[in-house]
Amino acid sequence: MSLTVGVLAIQGDVHENITSTETALKELGIEGTVVGVKTTKEISKLDGLIIPGGESTTIGQLSLVNSSLKMIKEKTEHGMPVFGICAGMIMLSKTANDRVVGKTDQPLLDLLDIKLERNSFGRQKESFEANISMSAIDIPKFNGVFIRAPSVSDVGSGVEVLATFNEKIIAVKKGNLLGVSFHPELTKDVSLHKYFIKLIKNSKN
Amino acid sequence: MLPLSGERIDAKGIIKNKSDTGDIFRGTSTLKRGFAHMLKNGVVMDVTTVEQAQIAEEAGAVSVMVLDKLPSDVRKAGGVARTASIRIIEDIMDSVTIPVMAKCRIGHVYEAKVLEETDVDMIDESEVLTPADETHHIWKWDFTTPFVNGARSLSEALRRIEEGAAMIRTKGEPGTGNVAEAVTHIKKVNDELRIIKAIYDSGDNQDLIRIAREFKVSYDIVKETAKLGRLPVVNFAAGGIATPADAAYLMSLGCDGIFVGSGIFNANDAKERARAIVLATTFWNESEKVKEAQKMIDERQSMLGLDVKTLELRMQERGSSA
Repeated sequence: MSLTVGVLAIQGDVHENITSTETALKELGIEGTVVGVKTTKEISKLDGLIIPGGESTTIGQLSLVNSSLKMIKEKTEHGMPVFGICAGMIMLSKTANDRVVGKTDQPLLDLLDIKLERNSFGRQKESFEANISMSAIDIPKFNGVFIRAPSVSDVGSGVEVLATFNEKIIAVKKGNLLGVSFHPELTKDVSLHKYFIKLIKNSKN
Repeated sequence: MLPLSGERIDAKGIIKNKSDTGDIFRGTSTLKRGFAHMLKNGVVMDVTTVEQAQIAEEAGAVSVMVLDKLPSDVRKAGGVARTASIRIIEDIMDSVTIPVMAKCRIGHVYEAKVLEETDVDMIDESEVLTPADETHHIWKWDFTTPFVNGARSLSEALRRIEEGAAMIRTKGEPGTGNVAEAVTHIKKVNDELRIIKAIYDSGDNQDLIRIAREFKVSYDIVKETAKLGRLPVVNFAAGGIATPADAAYLMSLGCDGIFVGSGIFNANDAKERARAIVLATTFWNESEKVKEAQKMIDERQSMLGLDVKTLELRMQERGSSA
C-alpha cells in the first residue's frame, strides 16, 4: 500500500520538507508519494501531513481563507498523523503567547493540548544549532536547528515530552501528533521524518 | 536541500558557546539562510510606524521592513537617506510577533552594527538609502544577524552571496510603483541561471571558470549555483510592486516571495491592499483567487507610479558594479 504524505504549502519551508520526506521514504523502502497541498480537496486525500516552519500568523490566517484549517482538523480527529515543525507546532497548539508581545489571537488548530511560547529563545541573532536527544523515540543525537524557535510552556495530560533544551520543552508527541521546535528539514538527517512515516504507516494498519 | 557549502571558516559572525550537552552555535549559514527559508511564499512589507506594522501583521505579512521614509518619499525628499530611528524600530519590535527587518546604507558597517545591536532579525543593505561606500559592500560574514541584498543580475547576486548575504532580492526600481524593472531583473537572473546550468551539464569546466572571472566571483560559487540551477539562497522580488497582480506575476517567474515597498502604505486603501497582495502571493497559481484579490483593491487608490525612463535617480544602479 502506497502512502500519500502532504506538506502544507501555504507558506514557509515547504520544498525542504518534501525533499526530506522523499529521502526518508526511500531509505525506509516504503512506497509513497509526497505532495505540497493547499486545498481541502488535496488534504482530504492524505495519509499524513507535515505543517512546515514559516510564520504561524501567516499560515494560520491563510489556511482559514480556503477552509484547509477545518479540513486538517477533521482529518486529524479521524486519526491522520500530523507533524508540526516550529510554526507547524504552534498551529497544532491550544494557545500561543509571544515572549515579548504577549497573547496572540492567531488562528490555531487546537489539536494538541499544549501551551506555546513563541520566539521563546529570542530573536534571530539568538537562533542556534545544538545537539539534542530524543531517546524515547530512538533518536539519541540530533542536530537541532532552532530559528526564532518556540518552546512548549505547558503540556496537558497524555502529552509525552520527547526532548528538552535548557529546561525548555522542544519536542512533544500525543498519539499521532508530533511537534518540534527545531527544523529537521534544514539538516541532512532524516531520522525524524522517518519516524513520522512509520507513525503514518502504523496508523493505516 | 539547503546548500551549506557557503560557510566560511573565518566568519567572525559565528559564535560558539560551550554547554553541558555540547557546543551551541549562533550565526551559522544554516541559521542565516534557514531564517530566509521561513519567509518563503510570503510578503515582507515596508513600514514606517507601529500602526503600519500592525496592519501588515494582521494582513498576513511574514515580516516587516522598517524605514524612516517609504522609498517613494525618499525619492521625493532627496538629500541623504539613512537607517531608521532606533526607537521606532524598537517600538515596532515590541508590538508585532513577526520578524522585523531594517535597512542600512550600502557599505555602512556601523549602521549595520547598530541594527545588529538593536536585535533586528535581518538587515537589508539597501540601495534605497544613500550608499556610504561606492566600492565595498559590507563583509556580512562578520555579523551574526543575516543580511538580504538587492541584485539585478546573477553576477551581482553571487558577489553579494560571496560577501555573506543570506538572501537576495531583485532591485527593481524602488519607489516607482512600476514593476517593469523587477520583471527585467528576475528574468535576467533566470536566463543567466539557465546558461550556467547548461554549461555545467555539458561538463565544460573551463567555461565555468571563464564565467567566474567575468562575474568576479569564485569558481566554487559558480559551480554550486550552476549545479543547483537556482540561487543557493532564497530569492525574493522587490521594487515597484503595487498590486496583487504584480505580486502574482513575479511569483510566477520563480521568485520565492515578495517585498512591497511604497505600494501598500502609499496607496489610499492600505489595509485591503496589504491583505490582497498577501492572498495573491500565496495563491498566485490560482487565477480565480488572484482575481478575487485584485478585486479587493481600487486602481484609483493605487499610487500614481513613475515611468522608469524619466527618472533622475536610478536607485538600482547604486552598488551594482562593486
